[in-house]
Amino acid sequence: MTTKTANTAAIVGVAESDLGEVGPGVTPLDLIGQAATAALADAGLTKDEVDGLFSASVYYPMANLNTAEYLGIQPTYSDSTNMGGSSFVAHLNHAAAAIEAGRCEVALIVYGSIQRSASGRLVSSGESTPYEDPYRPRYPVSAYAMAAARHMHEYGTTREQLAEVAVAARQWAWLNPKAFARDPLTVDDVINSRMVSSPLTARDSCLVTDGGGAVVVTSAERARHLRRPPVRLLGAAEAHWHRSISAMPDLTRTAATESGPRAFARAGIGPSDVDVVLLYDAFTINTILFLEDLGFCAKGEGGPFVSDGRIAPGGKLAVNTNGGGLSYCHPGMYGIFLIIEAARQLRGECGDRQTPGADIALVHGNGGVLSSQTTAVLGSPATG
Amino acid sequence: MSPAATSPPATVFREFLDSGRLGFQICASCEQSVFYPRVLCPHCGGQDLRWRESAGTGTVYSTTTVCRRNETYNVALVDLDEGFRMMTRVEDTPPEDVRIGMRVLLQVRHDPDRSEPVAVFVPAEA
Repeated sequence: MTTKTANTAAIVGVAESDLGEVGPGVTPLDLIGQAATAALADAGLTKDEVDGLFSASVYYPMANLNTAEYLGIQPTYSDSTNMGGSSFVAHLNHAAAAIEAGRCEVALIVYGSIQRSASGRLVSSGESTPYEDPYRPRYPVSAYAMAAARHMHEYGTTREQLAEVAVAARQWAWLNPKAFARDPLTVDDVINSRMVSSPLTARDSCLVTDGGGAVVVTSAERARHLRRPPVRLLGAAEAHWHRSISAMPDLTRTAATESGPRAFARAGIGPSDVDVVLLYDAFTINTILFLEDLGFCAKGEGGPFVSDGRIAPGGKLAVNTNGGGLSYCHPGMYGIFLIIEAARQLRGECGDRQTPGADIALVHGNGGVLSSQTTAVLGSPATG
Repeated sequence: MSPAATSPPATVFREFLDSGRLGFQICASCEQSVFYPRVLCPHCGGQDLRWRESAGTGTVYSTTTVCRRNETYNVALVDLDEGFRMMTRVEDTPPEDVRIGMRVLLQVRHDPDRSEPVAVFVPAEA
């Protein structure tokens, strides 16, 4: 396949740290260290070759300073853009731009969190505001719940269709030995689990786990001489329209309607070319919204699209093949894990959950309360 | 220029609430409503924002029943008839009975937990 972006950046190394529940005493930086070391080894590079650093954190407001100090690196290009869980797909976009501009050559994108061991709860990244605090929404789930309620109202999306998203994710997780939640899960289990913010239950909601991840990006030219077949970044784009849910113009239509088409345009391909789809599924409604907004189905048809196992293993479209934030891992911010799974699918390393002959992957990050949307289209080594 | 025009937007908003009213802004340039209050119009960039008192009538845009350990309560987004949306809660009815499309009326009530006035809504038809 020939695309427009023959000489852009490539992903040459990916890795997770320990995942799940790492136990007391481990710091987010320890997980960053594990993941960075493993991803650089995957690439066949050393830390001293990293000149571009990209990270975001809820623990460290100056994330790159802590990260570089811990890793013992001295980057000449540094970007800790934080737009929530979508940040790492944005970092991929920024890293590619920096590499193409000659500002750095080896970019390390890295993340770590001990959300589960530290508190068993999400560390809230919502600010205080006199316009929302008095009403005590549960951040962030109440915002997603209101999006789900509105989608159900406008398009007739059902409670069962939301549950189908969680069940499909769980069935993928059964095929991923690293997935955190692998016990049986039915549509009824999802609907009847503890209500958190109606219509969303605990099983409509992402996991709270520990975990870290790292991605190494370099130029297409340099990538040709490294140990792994390069995964090509064909196109990426980002968009954000609001911060607080009360400022979101239409709760059923996200800024993915902008980031998606721009990423596809840069790649010179469209949704029908995509073999495997990695969407940020913080809540079940996300998967439905993003399949619509990215053009895999029409607006309002996401509910039927995910039903009857169509996005589960053996279904029509391979979506969230690692088990997603719903069943694989979700350490506060999840976006980097989308990239890791997409790269592995395109390298053909996914074993029981491998999408046969996967050439094109779409990665879509979400941050805040449906606030920031970042899309990347990746190509297998064969597309180069 | 009135004293209110030179006060910080959040301060004026609170002064409205203290007097039992819901304040919002209208941009003198593009005539669109602005909420939450701020120093520039997010629609056109205009700086001449005029305070108005909302009539307090609106429609539920979306709603959720929040469940915490010992309580359930409503959180809603309400579209005011003046053309702005705000987060709020609908009271005087069970939270699960709040419906999208429901007409609601403003009530500024005392929030005992926060010891301050809060803008809530009640169903327009009992």
